[in-house]
Amino acid sequence: MNRNLIGIILLTLFILFTGWYEITQPEGFSSLTGGIVTFDAMVRIGILTIVVVGLNLLMGYTGQASLGQAAFYGLGAYFSAILTARAGVLGIPETIAKAWWWPWLLIPAGMALTGLFAYLVGRPILRLKGHYLAMATLGLGIVVVILFRENFGISANVLSLTGGSDGIPGIPRLRIGDYELWPVTRYFFLVWGAAILSIILALNIVNSRVGRALRAIHSSDLAAEVIGVDTAIFKTRVFVLSAMMGSLAGSLYAHFQAAVSPPTFDFVASLELVIMAAMGGMTSVWGAPFGVALLLIIRELLRARMHRLFEGAGGEFEVVAFGLILILLMIFAPDGVIKGFRSLITRVRPAAAKS
Amino acid sequence: MKPISSVRFRQIISALSALLLIALIFWLGGRKNFGLQQYGQLVIDGLRGGTIYALIALGLVTIYNVTGVINFAQGAFVMLGAMVTADLFAREFLPFSPGLNLVAAAILAILFTTAVGVVMERLVIYPVRDASPLTLIIITVGVYIVIQGLALIHWGSGALKIPAFATFFSESTRDTVYRPFGIIIKAQSLWIWATTAVVLIVLYWFFNRTIYGKAFQASAINRTAARLMGISPNKMSLLAFAIAAAVGAIAGIVLGPVTSPTYDMGLKLGLKGFVAAIVGGLVSAPAAVIGGLLLGVVENVAAGVTKSGLKDIFAFIILILVLLYRPQGILTKTKETEKV
Repeated sequence: MNRNLIGIILLTLFILFTGWYEITQPEGFSSLTGGIVTFDAMVRIGILTIVVVGLNLLMGYTGQASLGQAAFYGLGAYFSAILTARAGVLGIPETIAKAWWWPWLLIPAGMALTGLFAYLVGRPILRLKGHYLAMATLGLGIVVVILFRENFGISANVLSLTGGSDGIPGIPRLRIGDYELWPVTRYFFLVWGAAILSIILALNIVNSRVGRALRAIHSSDLAAEVIGVDTAIFKTRVFVLSAMMGSLAGSLYAHFQAAVSPPTFDFVASLELVIMAAMGGMTSVWGAPFGVALLLIIRELLRARMHRLFEGAGGEFEVVAFGLILILLMIFAPDGVIKGFRSLITRVRPAAAKS
Repeated sequence: MKPISSVRFRQIISALSALLLIALIFWLGGRKNFGLQQYGQLVIDGLRGGTIYALIALGLVTIYNVTGVINFAQGAFVMLGAMVTADLFAREFLPFSPGLNLVAAAILAILFTTAVGVVMERLVIYPVRDASPLTLIIITVGVYIVIQGLALIHWGSGALKIPAFATFFSESTRDTVYRPFGIIIKAQSLWIWATTAVVLIVLYWFFNRTIYGKAFQASAINRTAARLMGISPNKMSLLAFAIAAAVGAIAGIVLGPVTSPTYDMGLKLGLKGFVAAIVGGLVSAPAAVIGGLLLGVVENVAAGVTKSGLKDIFAFIILILVLLYRPQGILTKTKETEKV
């Protein structure tokens, strides 16, 4: 059987088990990990997996760096947040804004709008290469977040859309008819359903003609062009796709957190997404869930255990330890932990590698 | 009728759009009743910020030229320079003269920051110098996180204080202010410009008049050829980080009296330094300095006529525009867009 199919089945089973355990067992999922990985963290891993899968397609397969991916994540989140929590200010009739299908409609609408935005900026920006592209996307990400913080440059007295640095509170939960997708155990399945679907989509793209074209672009723009790949179109398409995945995750985040504010989507967040992608291994779709989980678990672990290692250690010690782990991982496993682990095994047991 | 060539056409378009932008600035300024004095003030303040960007950009370009690394930890050097100076100054270990005390603190801070740069290069950059650019970027981000975290542990989140340099020459505890033509110029701005000028002269002398500096330049122009001439890339990489750290620290020290230094001041300054370096084309040190000054003035004037909260947006819009239309930098004539 296909290895990817096994992976999907295993991941689905793991998710079903996690959800089942949280619902049925009184002590909850976090007790399995000694209270380190909370159920909330599992939902977050699912949401960010969607973003990082898109980032892997863009950076790992196509070789186009993006240091501004959190902007697309933020566009989705703010689109959903503004058109639900700020519907009254915008003059959207109550019958529509309070209808259960309204937020569901906004998710694809946000994806379409973010995709359009990514298309418009992607066409010119993706002509750049290497460091230049990285810097341009970095700038783009920062510009978008400042627009959120500054209410898109509109005076807050005229029309307050984004709530400035405070963000937007009071975003409603998603529901189907009268069935609310909350408490978090219900939302968990929605998030991971979307995450698994995006993994399947990415795997299909990677193992198709398009995927081979993307990898050809990664190896060499010129060579890809010579063998008949329209590099500009493929780069733009994958950029738009990754942006739309970011937007989807953003909408899911908005309805999960029930509030959005600029720091979640700023430059540091973009960097973290790249770090997650790099930790998991960018040249594999499966790297995405691993990378996201690894980063969040390291952070939770430091939060839960750091004060036992050092007497009176506070949050700042976690940050330092996090930075050190990041550096060490990048030095010793630059292709992600999965490949790093594999090469470690081959180094320790050369015989095992041959079999 | 002669057909207009596409190059000519693009030149006309860019000239027209530049004129339009200038008209827009004056129109917006006019709505706020800005006179020459206000514009002068905005330009002077912008030049002060721009000088700091220029120093940071200088460090970035120095490292990028020789090692190909984009150093996200450059802002941390700036922060260290300011914070260590403020910390040592407050200890008053030379009690007889506060002025001398500050000089000693500044020198020690520069030495310390340089040492940090050198240790960083030896520990985490040189061993993996052949890694992919992205891996190297993430490593420098990691270094930034560690340094900032250690600063937070050591100094806490409060702001430290460096007194304005002019206070050591006058009785007043506040910075001396000059008012030519009604424009307010703080003495600290003059100190920033003077210090930067000295740094530039010293660097110019070093790069062009000493054997090490010439080896460094050779290494920046063509690493392989320099290596074949017997110039050790190992030493040059170390030198690049040492220079960048020292220049960064100096930027932090002279900036200190203007904005009270905090542990997290580095990130934004580092990013602005990038923009300045890219406006200058990322490879040339003099162009980076001019890029920094231009960036400072343009963002300050643009923010002045619109809204101060939008200041950073202008910097990064400039970044994107420069990358799109002049990725080789605004001063370089030759096309070099393919350099990766």
